[in-house]
Amino acid sequence: MSAAAGGPARPGAAWALPGALFFLVFAVVPLLLVGYLSLTSWEGLGAPRFTGAQNWVRLAGDPVMRQAVVLSAALTAATWLVQTPISLLLGVWAAGPQRNRAVLSAVFFTPLLFSSAAVAIVWKTLLDPNFGPITRVGPWLGLPDANVLGSSAGAFLAVVFVSAWQFIPLHTLIYQGGARQIPAVLYGAAEIDGAGRFRRFWHVTLPQLRHTITTSSVLMVVGALTYFETVLILTQGGPGTDTSIVPYLMYRVGFAGYEMGYASAIAATLVVAATGVSLLLVRFTGFAAMRSTREGM
Amino acid sequence: MVNFKRRAVFAAATALAVLALTGCGAGSGDDAMDVWMYQDSLNVVQQAAVDRFNAEHGPDVTATMVEVPGDGYEDRLRTVMGSDDQPDVFFNWGGGGIRPYVEAGTLLPLDDLLADDPELRDAFLPAVLQAGQVDGVQYGIPLRGTQPVLLFYNREVFAEAGAEPPRTWEDVLDLVEVFQEAGVTPFALAGATPWTEQMWLQYLVDRYGGPEVFARIQSGDHEGWRDPAVLRAAETVRDLVERGAFGDNFGSVSYTEGAASALLAQGRAAMHLMGAWEYSTQLADAPAFAESGLGYVPFPAMPGGAGDPANLVGNPTNFFSVTADSPHTEHALAFLRTTADEEYVRDMVANGEVPTTADAAEHFADAPDPEYAEFQYELVQRAPSFTLSWDQALPPSVAAPMHTEIQRLFNGQSTPERFTDALAALR
Repeated sequence: MSAAAGGPARPGAAWALPGALFFLVFAVVPLLLVGYLSLTSWEGLGAPRFTGAQNWVRLAGDPVMRQAVVLSAALTAATWLVQTPISLLLGVWAAGPQRNRAVLSAVFFTPLLFSSAAVAIVWKTLLDPNFGPITRVGPWLGLPDANVLGSSAGAFLAVVFVSAWQFIPLHTLIYQGGARQIPAVLYGAAEIDGAGRFRRFWHVTLPQLRHTITTSSVLMVVGALTYFETVLILTQGGPGTDTSIVPYLMYRVGFAGYEMGYASAIAATLVVAATGVSLLLVRFTGFAAMRSTREGM
Repeated sequence: MVNFKRRAVFAAATALAVLALTGCGAGSGDDAMDVWMYQDSLNVVQQAAVDRFNAEHGPDVTATMVEVPGDGYEDRLRTVMGSDDQPDVFFNWGGGGIRPYVEAGTLLPLDDLLADDPELRDAFLPAVLQAGQVDGVQYGIPLRGTQPVLLFYNREVFAEAGAEPPRTWEDVLDLVEVFQEAGVTPFALAGATPWTEQMWLQYLVDRYGGPEVFARIQSGDHEGWRDPAVLRAAETVRDLVERGAFGDNFGSVSYTEGAASALLAQGRAAMHLMGAWEYSTQLADAPAFAESGLGYVPFPAMPGGAGDPANLVGNPTNFFSVTADSPHTEHALAFLRTTADEEYVRDMVANGEVPTTADAAEHFADAPDPEYAEFQYELVQRAPSFTLSWDQALPPSVAAPMHTEIQRLFNGQSTPERFTDALAALR
């Protein structure tokens, strides 16, 4: 077979088969199963019993689920508000030509290399109210008894903080890559027009990073909506249920209470919500149109 | 290009094969008998039993001990019990934890085993053996030592304050004041781990209303949570918290990292309500303290309470159960019989456990701390009732949200009235 006239040959459909099969078996089939399980009552033993919309009715009226949705939304908002400005500034800085940049960037990058579980365990130890360093730092922060994980606000902020500590490096890296792509000639032109440092950032860097911001934001939002390990290890959803975000609630209902049917309803809600939010983000930021940031250059 | 196409097909076939392989896990062979154990330092006793069993029953059947890491034990057991790859014999806590398996018909009733072998039946303390029943049918044979919840204290801290360990509730309240003035937390409490808080409520409910209160709840009567004893217990908890009995930051303390036990060992807390395993924990982490500084007393009586102060709560023991579909039920029963053997009991005592067999006391001279073994054994023997830990006795779908409610009560996120209402609403 030779390349057909009028363009390069496209690879045969068979090439997509392994990937498609994997996606089918590990994504589509489980999704359909979860959809089915959400209509049943199943404790993990024997056969699931069909109960119709019972789990969904319960879900709609469950105060713990309502709290989990609010907490997930708050966590997503807090994650975006904390991580975006910091990683944007760090990323733009790291893209520059400074001499110390490479070394410091490498240091900033390290948290990303650690496993989430290890990070959560380390922070739990650091936040131990009797033996951790928080006992010394706490009084300066207005926490004389170092009771961080035992208070509602403290535990929530601890989750926000640990996730920021862990994921800002990833987003810094994305912004660094984005900022490096910006042609130097734009800055040169801005300088000739008399733009200072701040105006160059505001009028050149930010508009040029538009797509990068969308990419990073979608990752952040979807990541925050499905955030799990840190909550499991650091706070176990506590105190009470005050850090029980939706993914953790799903785990607790499914694997501590063995109510697989109800847990599946929570999971299905999460899938729909996360997909919806990322589709909205892509649509309203104009990312889907794939309009170039360098039109006319 | 034909070549390429063939490769693509080959790759797809490989992917399919991998999927097929992961689908069916490693099944056990026909002559292998799987014994599932919760992984911890006490398993040397069961390993020795498995080795002795294999030496005796030789090539017909080979018992293999599968150690499952503690945190994931119940999850994994649940998953495997719902599959075709069930273990033949497995470790459990009795009570509500095995009820779903009984209801699904996956467990072998052991009544015939005990009827045919009265010697085995009489080998165990009756109250303990009874905890291995579901609805009056025996499903578990005791495999471990007994683990009542005791009040541990730091002898040195008590000596410095010139105090005596509490016998009555008045003593407890006095001691809270004494230790607060001395700058010591009266009770260490790992409030980030709610089952430690549950121990307080269990004893308080038992002392106020007797074991009948929880027995009613366990039988499935949700209104049992509205018993006045539960409300009084919850009010007592709030009273203790408000008096500062647990310090200011107990909500951030977690048990699994050993923080609460360390507070007691270092003298920063005076007392710690914990299962009998606290002794082994201290022996591992602070051996000098465990040997000379660790004191223990039973939970004190409550004024005007209906419960017998000799009652205990905790884990009477752990049990071995046999799956009904096991191809090796005969051998499995033979293996279960070995838990009453002299070698088995001797191994347990030497390992610091207090066996639940009637003749255990004969071996206490070999215990690492004979006095402690004696103390526990007598408590258990004399106890009119020994209530299983609530979270083990109740079905998991109730136990998980119950933990949350207990934590909210201790943290002041809930009131005693809202607490009992919330528990009564759990299904």
